[in-house]
Amino acid sequence: MDATAAIAPELGRKYERVLQILDAHQRDKSRLVPILQAVQEEYRYLPEEVMTLVATSLGIPPAKVFGVATFYSHFALAPKGKYVIRVCDGTACHVKGSQDLVDVLQESLKLTPSRRTTLDMMFTLETVSCLGACGLAPAMVVNDEVHGQVKPEAAQAILAGIQQQEGM
Amino acid sequence: MSAAQTLTIDGFKVPINGERNLLEVIRKAHIELPTFCYHSELSIYGACRLCMVDLEGRGTVAACSTPPEPGMKIRTQTTAIRELRKVTLELLLASGKHDCPTCTKSGSCKLQSLAQRLGVERVRFNAPLEDKPLDHSSNGLVRDPNKCVLCGDCVRVCQEIQGIGVLDFTQRGSKVVVTPAFDKPMADVECVQCGQCAAVCPTGAITVKQDVDPVHLAINDPAKTVVVQIAPAVRVALGEMFNMGDDTQVMGRTVAALRRLGFDKVYDTAFAADLTIMEEAQEFLTRFGKGEKLPLFTSCCPAWVQLAEQEFSEELPQLSSCRSPQAMFGSFAKATLPAELGIKRENLVVVSVMPCTAKKSEAKRPELGQDGVQDVDIVITTQELGRMIQDAGITLAELEPEGMDMPFGVKTGAGIIFGNSGGVTEAVIRHVAGVMGGENPVIEEIRSDKGLRTAVLELPGAKVRIAVVSGLANARALVEDMRAGRQQYDFVEVMACPGGCSGGAGQPVAMTAAVRQKRTDNLRRLDASMDLRVSKENAFITKAYKDLLVEPNSAEAHHLLHTHYSTRRRITGDGIALTDAGAGRVPVSVCVGTSCYLRGSQKLLKELLHHVEDQDLGEAVEIRATFCMEGCDRGPTVRVAGHVLHRADLDTVKELVEKARKGELEPCEAEQPCH
Amino acid sequence: MSATIETVDLQAVGQAYNDAAKLFQRRIVICGGTGCMANGAMKVSEALRKEAGAQGIELAIELDFEETRTQDGLLTKSGCQGFCQMGPLLSIEPDGIVYCKVRPADVQEIVRETLMDGKTVERLLYKDPATGKICRGHHEIPFYALQQRTVLKSCGSLDPENVREYLGQGGYQGAIRAFTAMEPEAVCKDILDSGLRGRGGGGFPTGRKWEMARIQPGPKKYIVCNGDEGDPGAFMDRAVMEGNPHAVLEGMMIAARAIGADEGYVYVRAEYPLAVARVRRAVKDAEELGILGDDVFGSGMSFRVQVMEGAGAFVCGEETALLASIMGQRGMPMPKPPFPAQSGLHGKPTIINNVETLATIPLIFAQGPAAFRAQGTAASPGTKTFALTGHVSNTGLIEVPFGTTLRHIVFEVGGGVTFKDGTVDPDGFKAVQIGGPSGGCLTKDHLDLPMDFDNLTKIGAMVGSGGLVVMNQGTCMVQVAKFFMQFTQNESCGKCVPCREGTRQMLHLLEEIVEGRGTDETLPLLESLARNVKLGSLCGLGKTAPNPVLSTLTHFRDEYEAHVHRKVCPSRECKALMTPAIDAALCKGCTLCARKCPVDAIQGERKSPHSIDASKCIRCGACVETCKFNAITGA
Repeated sequence: MDATAAIAPELGRKYERVLQILDAHQRDKSRLVPILQAVQEEYRYLPEEVMTLVATSLGIPPAKVFGVATFYSHFALAPKGKYVIRVCDGTACHVKGSQDLVDVLQESLKLTPSRRTTLDMMFTLETVSCLGACGLAPAMVVNDEVHGQVKPEAAQAILAGIQQQEGM
Repeated sequence: MSAAQTLTIDGFKVPINGERNLLEVIRKAHIELPTFCYHSELSIYGACRLCMVDLEGRGTVAACSTPPEPGMKIRTQTTAIRELRKVTLELLLASGKHDCPTCTKSGSCKLQSLAQRLGVERVRFNAPLEDKPLDHSSNGLVRDPNKCVLCGDCVRVCQEIQGIGVLDFTQRGSKVVVTPAFDKPMADVECVQCGQCAAVCPTGAITVKQDVDPVHLAINDPAKTVVVQIAPAVRVALGEMFNMGDDTQVMGRTVAALRRLGFDKVYDTAFAADLTIMEEAQEFLTRFGKGEKLPLFTSCCPAWVQLAEQEFSEELPQLSSCRSPQAMFGSFAKATLPAELGIKRENLVVVSVMPCTAKKSEAKRPELGQDGVQDVDIVITTQELGRMIQDAGITLAELEPEGMDMPFGVKTGAGIIFGNSGGVTEAVIRHVAGVMGGENPVIEEIRSDKGLRTAVLELPGAKVRIAVVSGLANARALVEDMRAGRQQYDFVEVMACPGGCSGGAGQPVAMTAAVRQKRTDNLRRLDASMDLRVSKENAFITKAYKDLLVEPNSAEAHHLLHTHYSTRRRITGDGIALTDAGAGRVPVSVCVGTSCYLRGSQKLLKELLHHVEDQDLGEAVEIRATFCMEGCDRGPTVRVAGHVLHRADLDTVKELVEKARKGELEPCEAEQPCH
Repeated sequence: MSATIETVDLQAVGQAYNDAAKLFQRRIVICGGTGCMANGAMKVSEALRKEAGAQGIELAIELDFEETRTQDGLLTKSGCQGFCQMGPLLSIEPDGIVYCKVRPADVQEIVRETLMDGKTVERLLYKDPATGKICRGHHEIPFYALQQRTVLKSCGSLDPENVREYLGQGGYQGAIRAFTAMEPEAVCKDILDSGLRGRGGGGFPTGRKWEMARIQPGPKKYIVCNGDEGDPGAFMDRAVMEGNPHAVLEGMMIAARAIGADEGYVYVRAEYPLAVARVRRAVKDAEELGILGDDVFGSGMSFRVQVMEGAGAFVCGEETALLASIMGQRGMPMPKPPFPAQSGLHGKPTIINNVETLATIPLIFAQGPAAFRAQGTAASPGTKTFALTGHVSNTGLIEVPFGTTLRHIVFEVGGGVTFKDGTVDPDGFKAVQIGGPSGGCLTKDHLDLPMDFDNLTKIGAMVGSGGLVVMNQGTCMVQVAKFFMQFTQNESCGKCVPCREGTRQMLHLLEEIVEGRGTDETLPLLESLARNVKLGSLCGLGKTAPNPVLSTLTHFRDEYEAHVHRKVCPSRECKALMTPAIDAALCKGCTLCARKCPVDAIQGERKSPHSIDASKCIRCGACVETCKFNAITGA
């Protein structure tokens, strides 16, 4: 019996996955970054208690895991929305007006620089330093989908499209 | 020496003698290059950039991380470098709240002294950062991140010397802050209060908690009789705060000062140290004779005890059950003094002056009190005593030395030497050698300054394998070696602080290792100058046994002078939810901490989850994986609706869960297991 | 299939591919770089295949090695072809056609006209906006014709997910030679003789770096590929990793042979998911063929590669920070010495090379060091990729030999400077930012400077990773400096005082300047900070952080002065310093405002619309008050 499948409670399954992730990386403390990346894939953020589990399993202090998790921008310590929108603010995009995109999306979603996830946990809005799609400036990514040469109206349209799809 | 082994500093030829980096060479050439993050006993960090020097052909380099090479031409005072130092300091001063007049570190703060020394007259930068909250949660330490210069010394000392790693850098860039895991208060994580972080902190970011006010309150309370015990290490360090350098009468003058401050009696912790030797040596001889529960680990260092409780549950039975001298003093004093002084026990206040921050926690241990009143009421450190004396305006150096009060003012050299790492061991050796008929050996190896010293005590009919360890990382390595069978000892002394208590965090800030060494040497000199050097020669100790304790390790002695230990969690937390939570669900927590894990808690958890799935109990039960329920030596530990189960297995857990679901289990918040 | 059983004849595999590919009448390549993928390249590809099939033309997407008969067409994707704003790009050989901005709706015409009738669909061809000429293929399109695509050559044609095609082009022959017919010393010498300098920004001679590690005692050594291209505005490394990952792997293998490493890492930014996927796939394919693993090419040596994803920290592009990240720590740089070549990953000798540097190695091995040296300039041989972005007509990824002038890049390859709306402005050139947040700006004075490592360093700029951002006259250079400082501040690791606190204070000063709160002390303070941050910082990020400020202060000091002393933004970008402007449509030419202006900043003929000279204006607001027609705004 596949141990993971048998544990139906979603949370229990995620916990089992963490143990599997740790084993897959041979519980090697130098692999902390890929381990946290895999754990975040599972939970969509890094819960504090899971970080403690990772720390004790790897034999490193919890403070160190916390220190690594807070250093890298990709690690989220609070849950993100179902749709993560990243607007690129790299030089090329900036020069082509990425700030307007951010402004219009912020307004539509009623978000602020300090509150970046909607209350219904559907959308998170972030700016990233450079997606490397500079030829398509201004660029934005929704989850893994890249959109290029996005004008503010187009951004709103993309948003509306998702909202419709979700029946909102 | 050949010309090949020199380099030039500011035009002067200087020899290279195996120094690890340019900084060491430059300092040996009597130029005190400024640094924040450099510490000779810690790894190189290279962050403060104050030690930059001009190296011909290579530009500006950091002296701390550049190895010396013959022929190098270094300049330490170019215009550019002087400007760099000043600007760096200005930037630091602009980055926090550095309010010197109200800071306990004022006068011993590197940021303050460097700013003065380098002539910073104005701070021209002003983009302020957000105020950060202070952390007062710990018994012995106060953290103020607004004063932190992010040198990382505290991080490295806790990781490298103590092997724990309570603090680390978090966030990135100008948001970086040094905190415990998850921004929790120190008291909620695995900090053992050794205070070495405070000892190496160059500013007032981590300081010793001040407990002086309660002392004044007690002294000024006419109903209270306030007695004070002074630890051995205090007497060789207090003088540093009063520039009393080589004055040999510091202790006597301190006694006089204490009386002027209003203490009713002044006693010596070294007396209690003699008691400790009596008890601990006997305990050791008994175990050694039977060959059980070896090695005996000393227990007078509270940081070590806390570490053992948190991480070495298997070794806990081997910890000496003896209380520390501070604790023995408290309990013995409160048992005997009221009668002697004609007062009520509850009106006796015991204050101790310690070189140690962990002692503040130790005094609060529930095992070390009676009827809600602790044996030692207040602990203040050497620094705090110094400040009390300064506050009162007493000019310590001018006082006539006075003697301590009887009977607890009498001690032997064996008690005094407790203040050094290796001191307890030496004292025990003297006693054991006396009992078993050997000469009183002085084992030189024990007096070296290495982190781990080992020796074999040859006695008639027995060889005692001894290890003396200072620094908790060394202790951890030793425990792991012994578990793996790579080393074996009969007696192990553990001190958390490098050099022992004389290097404790409560001592005045020691800017150099030479200062610490001087304290160690002075304690040895004091010991050597005593008439009595073996604990059982202390007449008042003999009297104590005759009058009350009967004999070492007796029931009476156990009651007053011994204690017990319990496993402790390392970090607070709610555990990982494995099923959804909800009202009315039976809460089940399974510990997945290391010890329980090793005893099969993971397997139990899996089986439990399968059971929940099979029986479709997902809506009825809330399961969490938690980290430590402090039953490390009796795992796996499971808690069902508040009831703690040790050595749990699936059947007992299922049974309990069933009872809880049917409402047949009474809600229980007791600490002790019911089953 | 385990390759330890027998050594695969790689040449034969490559030959088999070439033979099979020759059977196709046509080779159609759709650009599969991130940009074109985002614009629906795969949809176009699918639509094309379906439509062709419906018309009886079989377009295969995979080679069948058993097949012997001639087939209609092979449809594959390539890496980034560089002309990003013209994507999705579709090229058809042997017709020599490049179609631009192809949509699924266009495939019907393509199939009918081109595949069936051999004609071109003119509306899909590139039209040169300068001359109006319709360009058929790569050799006619100025953007391509004026480049020298060597490292990027295969990025536009080869299928990055097909190792056999790479082998068919002679791939891995260099590595085979290095492992089986050369000694490590000789490998280092060849690269040293080629004059190759690191393409990641440092410009350090690669051969010399390898030699430093080669002479260290073994046996454990590492080779690391730095794919953490974080410069905003740079995507050269992404294109190479997406477009020709095997070239990178081959370069790593040759490097491994040179220094004696048996393990390698490719560290890729997580922001490049396609690059990550392609590199991982390349590693897997190479392993399956026994190229990576034990007993490489029967030499008795082993070499394995792991792919690691970054987690969002620009500073991890610094080599010691990158190593810290691989070791599971915060990406904070470490003091040098010791240098990674002596003590790097896990304390072992380690060489970290940039993606482009590694991708160039197989080329050097193929053509020989002398031939490589013959390109470019004496001090900087070879070519360099640049990401050309900003206010320029043709944005995209280009490659030119060192020594090329800025003029050639911006005006010829790039098609000229544009207004914000994209139309060409012949007088629009103001500056080009080169090297991203570590770099400086080049002005009109530098248009004819032959670009190479040393020439740029001499004028206070640097090649950096190769990001080139073109800025038109409407760009406020103070804002540019502030933008880069903001980036640096966000990405600073926070370890050392000069960078962490110095850049914070510099950013604060720049903010004060653009908000109109600059004082007499501001600029001297900014310069003092810049000097000291440059001098005192621990790593390259901090040491180069002040460069944009210092460079703009050197070349555009008057703009700073205007902001500070006259509270004016000459480019009219700083909202807080917007000067009044006269709306020509509303102005009646009554000259009242011109007469009221205390500094004679308003010009105009009677009855004609007037205008305000921003550099003279002191923003007193008198004109706004005076105008009866509400024609003046923005004060």
